[in-house]
Amino acid sequence: MADLELNCPLPLQYEHIVMAHGGGGRLMQQLLDNLVQPIFNNNILSQKQDSAVITVNGVKLAFTTDSYVVKPVFFPGGDIGKLAVCGTLNDLAMSGAKPLYLTCSLIIEEGFPIEDLKRILQSMQATAQQAGVQIVTGDTKVVDHDSGDGIYINTAGIGIVDENVNISSSRIEIGDSVIINSDIARHGIAIMLEREGMDFEHNIVSDCADLSGLVQGLIQAGIEIHCLRDLTRGGLASGLIELASASSLHIEIDESAIPILSDVGSACEILGFDPLYIANEGCFVLFVPASETEAALKVLAHHALGRRAVLVGKVKSAYPKGIVTIKSVTGVNRVLDLLSGEQLPRIC
Amino acid sequence: MKYLAEYRSHETVSQLTRAIKSIITQPWRIMEVCGGQTHSIIKHGIDQLLPDQIDLIHGPGCPVCVTPLAYIDKALAIAAQPGVIFCSFGDMLRVPGSTQDLLGIKAQGADVRIVYSPMDALDIAQRNPEKQIVFFGVGFETTAPTTALAAYQAKQLMLKNFSLLICHVRVPPIMEALLNSPNHQVQGFLGAGHVCTIMGYHEYRPISEQHHVPIVITGFEPVDILQGLYLCIKQLEEKRWQVENQYRRVVKEQGNQPAQQLMRRVFKVVDRNWRGLGEIPSSGLALSSEYNEWNAELRFAVSTINPQEPKNCRSGEILQGLLKPSQCAEFANACTPEQPLGATMVSSEGACAAYYRYRRAQHG
Repeated sequence: MADLELNCPLPLQYEHIVMAHGGGGRLMQQLLDNLVQPIFNNNILSQKQDSAVITVNGVKLAFTTDSYVVKPVFFPGGDIGKLAVCGTLNDLAMSGAKPLYLTCSLIIEEGFPIEDLKRILQSMQATAQQAGVQIVTGDTKVVDHDSGDGIYINTAGIGIVDENVNISSSRIEIGDSVIINSDIARHGIAIMLEREGMDFEHNIVSDCADLSGLVQGLIQAGIEIHCLRDLTRGGLASGLIELASASSLHIEIDESAIPILSDVGSACEILGFDPLYIANEGCFVLFVPASETEAALKVLAHHALGRRAVLVGKVKSAYPKGIVTIKSVTGVNRVLDLLSGEQLPRIC
Repeated sequence: MKYLAEYRSHETVSQLTRAIKSIITQPWRIMEVCGGQTHSIIKHGIDQLLPDQIDLIHGPGCPVCVTPLAYIDKALAIAAQPGVIFCSFGDMLRVPGSTQDLLGIKAQGADVRIVYSPMDALDIAQRNPEKQIVFFGVGFETTAPTTALAAYQAKQLMLKNFSLLICHVRVPPIMEALLNSPNHQVQGFLGAGHVCTIMGYHEYRPISEQHHVPIVITGFEPVDILQGLYLCIKQLEEKRWQVENQYRRVVKEQGNQPAQQLMRRVFKVVDRNWRGLGEIPSSGLALSSEYNEWNAELRFAVSTINPQEPKNCRSGEILQGLLKPSQCAEFANACTPEQPLGATMVSSEGACAAYYRYRRAQHG
């Protein structure tokens, strides 16, 4: 019987799914490692990349999917449609793929305004067109009133990877430079301020953007990319911690080098959030050999989405194994750890 | 960011560290009262910048950590009732009750919502007249005034569908209790800056005089904490014990008087159980009898819930500064943020959670 293969106990502390299981932290990691991976068990999934890279008839393809459940569906800097296209394009881009085609599945709650749906679809089309991809198939389901949050969108994407391109966490090496293309924490804070109706003055808009052009720019310039990761849920800290763990190396970053817009920093202080763990939608971390640092920064700086690109750290050594340390503003190093789930606003 | 960058300046931090080294001649044990200060000390590695003679003891000032198990269980019992919208500050949601936490009960269908202020809960009550809205009021004198305001407004509006589960606590009685404990090791205090913003610091003068301990009201940024430590060590070295105010840009001696008046109007001082520490006389705030109608303990008949605290959690010793988190046998073994034995492992201000998050690799 197939279910007898599930012989390892599932050390889940909760008997039910809690929100933190989707928060990009340790609980989500446990759910994937202890439940999803052992059941679907295959060597492509176990590489834990943003997209699966598969070879079909000698052609290297990147294949990925993502679901979008953002609330509110319209937010400063974008909407759920733009997010659903950019997010999937970015997952493809992180394996170095040139995106080709997307799918679009809609789960719509009864009563959702058709005018809003039209705006969302037009936004998807405009974003796809700009990226030079087509949305070629999809599905539409409607659920009862109160069974959804207005609208959920799933997109899948397929892209082609040049045979000379090999981007993966397994290629991270001691001495690599760690670069980010942009300031951090804008998307998560923009959504939170909108959702919670915080009424203080600010100019924070989501960084939601298609990064595939920027990545193609690096590849065409001949930059030797070892690894790329988009810094969505869980933010910069969680992305780096996953890569340190996957590569079993020690990544060290410098807190004072990380760009954070002043309004975003202030909002984090007021709400008691650490910007290192806040979601981004137009931000990646790039690992290149130290000798490529200047060239990579130069290419990034020529692109609108890479204008704030900066070197934030480097891959230090194989010991201590698989951890990320951050040099704090006081000059002391501390360890960055995965959070359990999403950050919870502090009491005071 | 004005008022922040200058309090995190590497240069000022180095100057203050040197200044502390230049005046210290012997070992001193200093307790930072507030959990926000503990978090900042561990996050910025301030303890590692200090001379070895200084032993920082992490105090009981994390509101999440000291909320007794009984109140978490009461919260769970109320939140589980049909027709209730239970509103809480975010970091109470993961604190374990006897069998589960608020996040777990939310997953099973309870309507538990994170609010940033009790006034948001009041707003939810006005928009949902068919539901019972309960606000979980926890925290020190910092959060108590807004809870008082919500209760006051609910009474003014005669809101029938709003009530409060109150477990507010006061700082001065716990400092007294620590100093009266025969095992105490505290020689000086960094006072809790935000609490004093509301309450001022005149309450601390008798404590300082009676127990011969310096108390320096201190802020939360690295420069604040180092300045607070400098002032405290200077007093200790000079054999003085006074109340000093490092956090002058925010704290005034008399505090925020309208807030204090409102608190006196709505609350009464009561004896309160602290998680891991037991009952401390006059250390709690509860709704005065005038507000019985808005008292969730009475409305939902949960007053009799009184569970036993788990035995293997040593958070009481942690909160008294008798044990460092990394010295506890359960730390990072049986006790982790995913499966905490006590609240000090849950809140971002809890000493155990701060050690787990920033120091675990060093402790294996």
